[in-house]
Amino acid sequence: MTPRELRILANRIRRRDLRAVFEAGAGHIGGEMSVIDLLTALYFSVLRVDPGAPLDPGRDRLVLSKGHTALALYIVLAEKGFIPKDEISTFLKPHSRLNGHPNRVHVPGVETSTGPLGHGLPVAVGMAKAAQLSGGSWRTFVIVGDGEMQEGSNWEAIMAAAQFRLESLTLIIDHNRLQQGARLADTNDLAPFRPKLEAFGWSVLEINGHDMEQICEALAPSAAGCGKPKCVVAHTNKGQGISYMADNVAWHHKVPNEEQFKQGMAELGEAAA
Amino acid sequence: MNAPFGGAELHDCRDAFVATLESLGEADQEIVAVCNDSVGSTKLGGFRKKFPERLINVGIAEQNMVGVGAGLANGGKIPFVCAAAPFLTGRALEQIKADVAYSETNVKLVGVSSGMAYGELGATHHSIEDFAWIRALPNVPVIAPADRIETAAAVAWAAEFVGPCFLRLSRVGVPDLLPEDHAFKLGKANLLRDGSDLCIIANGVLTHRALTAAAMLARDGVSARVLNMACVRPVDEDAIVAAAEETGAILTCEEHSIYGGLGSAVAEVVVDRKPAPMRRLGVPGIFAPTGSADFLLNEFGMSPEGIAGSAKGLMLRKG
Repeated sequence: MTPRELRILANRIRRRDLRAVFEAGAGHIGGEMSVIDLLTALYFSVLRVDPGAPLDPGRDRLVLSKGHTALALYIVLAEKGFIPKDEISTFLKPHSRLNGHPNRVHVPGVETSTGPLGHGLPVAVGMAKAAQLSGGSWRTFVIVGDGEMQEGSNWEAIMAAAQFRLESLTLIIDHNRLQQGARLADTNDLAPFRPKLEAFGWSVLEINGHDMEQICEALAPSAAGCGKPKCVVAHTNKGQGISYMADNVAWHHKVPNEEQFKQGMAELGEAAA
Repeated sequence: MNAPFGGAELHDCRDAFVATLESLGEADQEIVAVCNDSVGSTKLGGFRKKFPERLINVGIAEQNMVGVGAGLANGGKIPFVCAAAPFLTGRALEQIKADVAYSETNVKLVGVSSGMAYGELGATHHSIEDFAWIRALPNVPVIAPADRIETAAAVAWAAEFVGPCFLRLSRVGVPDLLPEDHAFKLGKANLLRDGSDLCIIANGVLTHRALTAAAMLARDGVSARVLNMACVRPVDEDAIVAAAEETGAILTCEEHSIYGGLGSAVAEVVVDRKPAPMRRLGVPGIFAPTGSADFLLNEFGMSPEGIAGSAKGLMLRKG
């Protein structure tokens, strides 16, 4: 897909996400809007995955460690063909397999169940280690929230990935500067990430996480041989694409009222035109 | 020192674990071991020597260790994630819940030096809550073998079984109790001694103490059945119901808190299906005082004499 096509698709996914949150009366819309461009680029330009063979041993792996933005992943998986598109309307409904955090057992395409923070990166390290042991060519990607980097388990995994020289592992930090209740800077300010990851032996890139050209370029395979895992610090905005949500800490998991829903859909519609 | 057992040779179940793992590792290159700087205490030195790339030491980082295990399983490996039981289960409990149990990954959790094996090192190093913690999670069988034979059989079973499990091993020597050709069956207890007056149910290092107690009771004219029940989840409900029906009283013994472990699992079945007088021996809901594993088991009434005494007390409550 061209960057323009990716942008159009990401816009459609945003609108579906906004509608699903509005209809379900719940969701984590701020973080979904910040991660949708990354997920769209990954599934439609980067990952070698086949909805017809979701457990193909040689597939690339994507772990959405910030599992509370599951809805964005479900919509991307539906667009890709892993689950039916009309199933999105069951989000959070009784007995739907699409609950608030992705489940590996029930939802094809989900690689590991996430929800509690700080779990995805250690699992991704194991996936990349398995590829290294087996001589597999698959790549492993994991998306974490910037606030999630406060979890100590992530730093255990960061040390291990460097020690194991896991070149096939890419950590993407969705750096939207906001966590659930406050700004990162006012809570436990880990930024800037680059020097910390570099000090731990990683190669680090910084990109605009809403720019499809930059995302695709950063996630393209690097030349082998550097021996370092890769971290992409994606500078994003929580609530990206909807003016009253953007960079607003109130919209971690707030649900739009009807007027806000209509305004959001109108703004996204205009951006798509 | 362990409880007296007629001079029988005692064996550390960790040796049977690693010998079996090394042998399985020869046949199946997908078998890997993951540990937390615990190559020595998990006795994985031999495995590392044979398969250096397949021994994945993540350093002192148990949360990462379990997550890495889940990722290795996702990538087609059969990881045995090995660490001292208190740190494996306590430190990484949420990883065990989300990455292993809820994700149903093919991870074999191996907790060594469980129970009060670390004795004098104190309650931080005791693992007398792990049955309760792991038993509360769906999808993870909880298995505490009684001797080296059952350990080897359980490890071989775990490698074949597709799905998670928790093997709880001690470092305290125990004699051989099961027949050499014993094949492990999930959720199946082993009748080690038949009896009609009461049934003693035990696992792990308590099984041989229970057998010694049964021999003492026999000398006093009490016929005690002894069931070895390695599987705390799933428990052998039929064996428990049969014990309640046929002997009328059940005494459980475990190197674990009396809250949530083997005794609780047995009591749940007894209450639901065949009420009978019961007594649960274990650590009585406290942090253990200073002492060796042997001292502490005796202190909590689990010397063979203590078990026999509790059995006689329980008999008085039979109708």
